[in-house]
Amino acid sequence: MRTILFIVRKEFLQVFRHKVMLPLIFLMPIIQLVILAHAADFEVKNINLHVVDHDQSQASRQLISKFSASRNFNIIGSSFSSQVAYDEIQRGDADLFIEIPAHFQRHLIRNNTASLQLSVNAINGVQAGLASAYASAIIQDFNGQVRAEWAKTAAPPGLSVTFSNWFNPEMNYQTFMVPGILVLLVTLIGMFLSGMNIVKEKEIGTIEQINVTPIRKYQFIIGKLLPFWIIALVELSIGLFVGWLIFDIPFVGSLWLIFGFAAIYLLVVLGLGLLVSTFTETQQQAMFVSWFFLIIFILMSGLFTPIESMPPWAQAITRFNPVAYFVEVMRMVLLKGSSLIDIRQHLIVMLTAALVVNALAVMNYRKTN
Amino acid sequence: MPLRPSNHLTLNRITMATPAIQVENISKRYGKNVLALNQVSLEVGQGELFGLIGPDGAGKTTLIRILATLLLADKGYAAVNGWEVRRDYRQIRSHIGYMPGRFSLYQDLSVEENLHFFATIFGTTIKENYELIRDIYVQLEPFRTRKAGKLSGGMKQKLALCCALIHKPVVLLLDEPTTGVDPVSRKEFWEMLKRLKEKGIAILVSTPYMDEASLCNRVALIQKGAILSIDEPEKIVSGFDKPLLAVRTNDMYRLIHDLRDFESTHSAFPFGEFVHLSLNNPIWPEAIHAYLAGKQHTGIEIKPAQATIEDAFMELMTQGEMVD
Repeated sequence: MRTILFIVRKEFLQVFRHKVMLPLIFLMPIIQLVILAHAADFEVKNINLHVVDHDQSQASRQLISKFSASRNFNIIGSSFSSQVAYDEIQRGDADLFIEIPAHFQRHLIRNNTASLQLSVNAINGVQAGLASAYASAIIQDFNGQVRAEWAKTAAPPGLSVTFSNWFNPEMNYQTFMVPGILVLLVTLIGMFLSGMNIVKEKEIGTIEQINVTPIRKYQFIIGKLLPFWIIALVELSIGLFVGWLIFDIPFVGSLWLIFGFAAIYLLVVLGLGLLVSTFTETQQQAMFVSWFFLIIFILMSGLFTPIESMPPWAQAITRFNPVAYFVEVMRMVLLKGSSLIDIRQHLIVMLTAALVVNALAVMNYRKTN
Repeated sequence: MPLRPSNHLTLNRITMATPAIQVENISKRYGKNVLALNQVSLEVGQGELFGLIGPDGAGKTTLIRILATLLLADKGYAAVNGWEVRRDYRQIRSHIGYMPGRFSLYQDLSVEENLHFFATIFGTTIKENYELIRDIYVQLEPFRTRKAGKLSGGMKQKLALCCALIHKPVVLLLDEPTTGVDPVSRKEFWEMLKRLKEKGIAILVSTPYMDEASLCNRVALIQKGAILSIDEPEKIVSGFDKPLLAVRTNDMYRLIHDLRDFESTHSAFPFGEFVHLSLNNPIWPEAIHAYLAGKQHTGIEIKPAQATIEDAFMELMTQGEMVD
């Protein structure tokens, strides 16, 4: 027990002495949160719209005014030629154009049906999808209105859907993103610092001296991981504080639950770092291997794209992604106020993962070869 | 097959009869093709200063790492102070001092912090064993708060030795402690080893410098994973029985080649500013002079030389090559 304490003390001494490490550890959560939370906003505003109106009727003007009233669209130009509109898209000035054919209003009244064309620049798939969805919603809305007014028929009975956003009533992206970004932060510290630290001893050769001391394997490993476990939890506290201070994150659920889950989650991440360190010889190798896993973990964590919209095989992979579990738990507890019962499944998975990963790492770690 | 000490030896393990280091037929292979150690056997007595001498790649580090329990041998028996390296590795780890060939202390910790750290993980304090390291530590004291990475090469070695001694080991394993250290520090370092030996610590030290052999009680000459000879340095020198001359001319490079072509030459090696020429049969120096003059050498100087340990080693190693 005392031996572990000596190693922990030595580690802290080294971390706090490092000129780059210390500021980085404490500035990183603030910088990452402030920058990423603002940047990672999926709401698409200011879609540039070009209008080609061949009809110039009351109906077409009414439709266009609906677009200009929407905060999602900016009408940046209008013309009578789809070629002009197309060129605007080519130049990147417009994101989409709407073409209203001649006799639009007449068809609408006489035939009770009319068509129009939407063309979207789909290079940015997310933006294109959202832009066309917004546009469709506006056209749908217009459709209902027009039927009521001109066709003089009563609006067909149908379902009208109204929305109520629970747990994040204003659909605030930051509320949604900040808990997830905090997970990244904690993961970075856990996986990089711990793994790198052990490999560094190998690379510099200090492990040679350590290995001939009576330090036991478990003492060395705990002594190495404990400091970063503590640092990561401190990071999480700073991050949560910044989230509360700047982004007004609602703390609906219990903070104890968050920290409790983080404590177990970190065992998994630190274990992964340790595992990487056991089969790499230099910090460069460890860095590269860690990045490989981390990129997959992050992109498949549900932080940026919902797991539900991934293909089944990808969803199956995310079951083995610890980051996905923590992102979900963070959102559940912080935004929804989920309790221990609600996250028990996540907890069990994390505990199992912690056991498996660390057992593998310890078995793979050798003092003698 | 030598007798292997087994469990019943526990009782007389600590008696003086137990050698400090015992190596019997140790073999170690890296991969398929590299035989790092081939049936190596040696014994280091209690309180003995034992030198392991050989060129780079001879297997010195491999042997020391096996004894330090960092590497497992493929075959053979090895024990430190009676503790078998596989079974009793934990005993060994708490009772030996080991200095790897590469500086292995924390460069970002100060002299004092390094020493303190190693003392604590051995469950002791600097104060408790200060007596043992005092001679060395007084030289480090002015740099107490300096980071280990900022010390000079000689100072680093002294610190590493202090850290290896802080828990009062019974056996010291030093892997090329003087490589890359200036001549003055080297000399000082050997003085320290001598004093430690007098305190009863057995020391196994490896070195590529043949001149350091004469400072040991006994030396083993190792080459290509095999031991060529184990003896006291004086006996190794006296084993060299060929006539020896020191030769110098104005063109040393050509001189070696020309001497090697000379019919009576047994061997010719550069030795300081001379070439040491050993002969198969005694001949007059004038004959060599004439031979060299005939090869257009100028400034020829030939004088009889006293064989040193290096000559003896070169001779042994040449024989080793020939066996190959």
